[in-house]
Amino acid sequence: MTEPVLEVEDLHVTFPTDDGLVTAVRGVSYRLRPGEVLGIVGESGSGKSVTSLAVMGLLPATARVTGSARYRGRELLGASDSELSGIRGKNVAMIFQDPMTSLNPVYSVGYQIAEAVRAHNDVSKQAAMSRAIELLDTVRIPNAAERAASYPHELSGGMRQRVVIAIAMANDPDVIIADEPTTALDVTVQAQIMQALETAKTATGAAMVLITHDLGVIAGQADRVMVMYAGKLVEAGSAEDVFYTPRMPYTLGLLGSLPRLDQKSKQLTPIVGAPPSLINMPPGCPFTPRCPLAQPVCDEIEPPLAATTSLDHLAACHFSSELVEAKPDDVFNTEVADTKALAEFVRQTEGGP
Amino acid sequence: MPEPVTPPPVSGPAAEPSTAAEPTRPAGAPPEREFTVSERSQGQLVVRRFLQHRLAVVSLIVLAALVLLAYVGGALWKYDAGEITPDNSVAPSLAHPFGTDAVGKDQFAQVLRGTQISLQIALLVALFATIFGTLWGAFAGYFRGAVDGTLMRIADLILTLPLLAVAAMLGHQFGGTWWLVALVIAGLQWAYVSRVARGVVLSLREKEFVEAARALGASDARIILRHLIPNALGSIIVNATILVAVAILLETALSFLGFGVQSPDTSLGLLVSEAQTASVTRPWLFYFPGLFIILIALTINFIGDGLRDAFDPQQTKVRA
Amino acid sequence: MVAFTLRRIAISIPILIASSFVVFLLGTAAGDPLDPLLGRNPPIPQATIDAERVRLHLDQPVLERYWNWLVGLFSGDFGPSVKQNLDIGSEIFARFGITMRLIAFAMLIALVLAVVVGVVSAVKQYSVVDYSATFLGFLFLSMPAFWFAILLKQGGIAFNNTVGEQVVYTIGDASVPPPTDTFARFADIAGHIVLPTIALALISYAAWSRFQRASMLEVMNSDYVRLARSKGLSRRRVMVKHALRTALIPLVTVTALDLAAIISGAVVTETVFQWRGMGDFLLESIRTEDVYALQAWLLLTAIVVIGFNLIADLLYAVLDPRIRYA
Repeated sequence: MTEPVLEVEDLHVTFPTDDGLVTAVRGVSYRLRPGEVLGIVGESGSGKSVTSLAVMGLLPATARVTGSARYRGRELLGASDSELSGIRGKNVAMIFQDPMTSLNPVYSVGYQIAEAVRAHNDVSKQAAMSRAIELLDTVRIPNAAERAASYPHELSGGMRQRVVIAIAMANDPDVIIADEPTTALDVTVQAQIMQALETAKTATGAAMVLITHDLGVIAGQADRVMVMYAGKLVEAGSAEDVFYTPRMPYTLGLLGSLPRLDQKSKQLTPIVGAPPSLINMPPGCPFTPRCPLAQPVCDEIEPPLAATTSLDHLAACHFSSELVEAKPDDVFNTEVADTKALAEFVRQTEGGP
Repeated sequence: MPEPVTPPPVSGPAAEPSTAAEPTRPAGAPPEREFTVSERSQGQLVVRRFLQHRLAVVSLIVLAALVLLAYVGGALWKYDAGEITPDNSVAPSLAHPFGTDAVGKDQFAQVLRGTQISLQIALLVALFATIFGTLWGAFAGYFRGAVDGTLMRIADLILTLPLLAVAAMLGHQFGGTWWLVALVIAGLQWAYVSRVARGVVLSLREKEFVEAARALGASDARIILRHLIPNALGSIIVNATILVAVAILLETALSFLGFGVQSPDTSLGLLVSEAQTASVTRPWLFYFPGLFIILIALTINFIGDGLRDAFDPQQTKVRA
Repeated sequence: MVAFTLRRIAISIPILIASSFVVFLLGTAAGDPLDPLLGRNPPIPQATIDAERVRLHLDQPVLERYWNWLVGLFSGDFGPSVKQNLDIGSEIFARFGITMRLIAFAMLIALVLAVVVGVVSAVKQYSVVDYSATFLGFLFLSMPAFWFAILLKQGGIAFNNTVGEQVVYTIGDASVPPPTDTFARFADIAGHIVLPTIALALISYAAWSRFQRASMLEVMNSDYVRLARSKGLSRRRVMVKHALRTALIPLVTVTALDLAAIISGAVVTETVFQWRGMGDFLLESIRTEDVYALQAWLLLTAIVVIGFNLIADLLYAVLDPRIRYA
């Protein structure tokens, strides 16, 4: 097996808050091979963004990070800022969620790309600027040479995100982390951005970590998929494994809640309830209150990540064997059984503030 | 802000969420798993956050003590303000804790009276300026266009003038008693409040809950009064405390210059003015009034800071 | 940018005119210059009072008087003073120079101090430096300017006594007669301006440094600063070129908005240090109910404030490209 370009081992991240210690990430481990696309899927609050920010060393100073994150064998956690600055933007680059606020409003986009180039290469301003224009062209910004002098507020959201992608590509990194790159954008723009990301990957040959809550974005792009829930990794495997033979009820529920155009219309499977509070988590599997397969053992013992269909396909569930050949609506109840409660809910919300 | 309505689960019988999802569990055994953070009302959250700001809480206590001292202490004290005693220019002693001035007036009584005046003026100014300014600014921000333009131009015109100068001019004409001074100051400071209120309303009116209220048929007045102003309350209250502190400093400055509260009544600013030349020879005449001004303004400023944090906590704040 | 500038200037003109009307009304409300004459003993003959009324144009209806005054301004005539041989125009401009010297100096020092302290407080948030700076800031915000000025005066005298020489001055803006030697002249001016500047600067600084701290904190936690760090830029470069650069912008507006308050502060400071500047002129005019002098004073300060706000607006547009087409 080729040496992994990024290796995360037993990562824990906690934040102190007014209400107590929040454990945002609990024991996440993964390996990223060169050129591989890893999709990390999860709801808001599942810890997927925090994991990547921890690897880059971009969490606020109050965060406590333990474990290990290695880029080509070099330990990133706890490294000095100057060491990390040498790696950031050059070997590991990041694309953030909200393009409207990711760019500095007082500098032109060309300047901001050129700045990334000059941070790691001793080149003249003109050389950096022409590279910037080149990159703008690569991400398909029309009239790149003119556009380079534009300010961020003169560009649309989609174009701004492409500028961010250009910045990430600037120094041919080995790893590009894309943190919910399309979440803040219209669906019509999403496809363009995904295409730009594809271009970035081909042009730089980088491995990519694609973080999203949208399974549709992952499908067709990712080689491997990781599912996170309540700060924990609950399923990991190749895209085929996870999409076609999920072995964790949460994954199954997620798949069932996706509207599909390629299948006969069926009832979507909503997952009951809400993600748990990350403060003072009780023992056992965090998905238990919402899981249709839950048994007493689920409350007591947290299931370890264990191999299921193959050594590469891991799932954290005591009953993953029960999910063989299961379809989402087999496991999750799709009927609105409680019509009275629904009526009550409707009455409450229309009753006024 | 409206309380969030949690929708009941859409599967299982109408019962506690935890039992619905775990039909095999005996009652009473499951650990509390759903959101363990209990719901609190907006008001409770604000109060709780305020109480975490130690300096603000201490200041609140000190201010309360000052108010008590000024009114209760002032009423109970053996000398009245302005009462002439036979002891002239006496340094602080047990009989006269703050000493006496050249005429023999007990300074403790004087300072307490001055404190009363400052507090009364500050309260009156805060009340009038805040109410008037908020309505003015809210209307401007809500209706925008020509209404906004006219209303805010008028406010701006007042803001281009140095408050002290105009207050001095008007104070000279109308001043003397403390409540007239308060009216003069309020008549100028509402302009600041209106700016803040307008800003808040402008940003709030684009929010979805306003659209929702309008879709439900609420009239403009109702939207302004029932929806916008309560949500702007945080900024308005914080601004009001700043206003109070500024009003106190403004009044004392006016009185110092001779255009605020005048004899026979007294003010902390007037006391300092009378003690200007005595700051070295009879320091008690100079320092006590000044320190009281600082104390009042400081406690109010800290309380305002605590309120600001309570209404709009910085996400970067950390509790160990 | 040019269009923006022209539009801003164009807007300022009606504001200025409206201001002049408000100023005029205030002047009228500030008192009747004939009042002091009426109460005199022995009583002044009615003919004299009537003549005075005509001289001060008080026999004209308000609007006509306003118009005449406004027109007169364009030829440099600020109207008649209560003091018969006082030319309001030349007097006020002389005073203006003196006061502006103090204000400009104080604002500069306050700005530099505020930026340094605000940035350091934000970068070293919750440190001892931050807490002490915050406390001091609050203290100065709560301190009455006149009290502090008197304290400084006292301190200055004590300082002179310990050193044995008159280094700092507590009265006036320059010695009379001023020293002829250029260096001595310079030292004289400096010695006179030191204490009033400290008095005026420290209070503005307090408000601005807290504002700068808040602005810096907000920027430091912004997405674009995070992106800049993810590019691999050094911490210092991110702080200066990204955080500070954007955090300084709002301070421009705040400074301009505070100018009126600083002028108020200057009035008090000048009174304590007995400078014959605008402050003294104002108080004197109020006491003598010199309506035209008051109007001239208010108008001049209004022009300065509006002008300063205009410059601030333009500066803001230069610093923040998003504003240029507003």
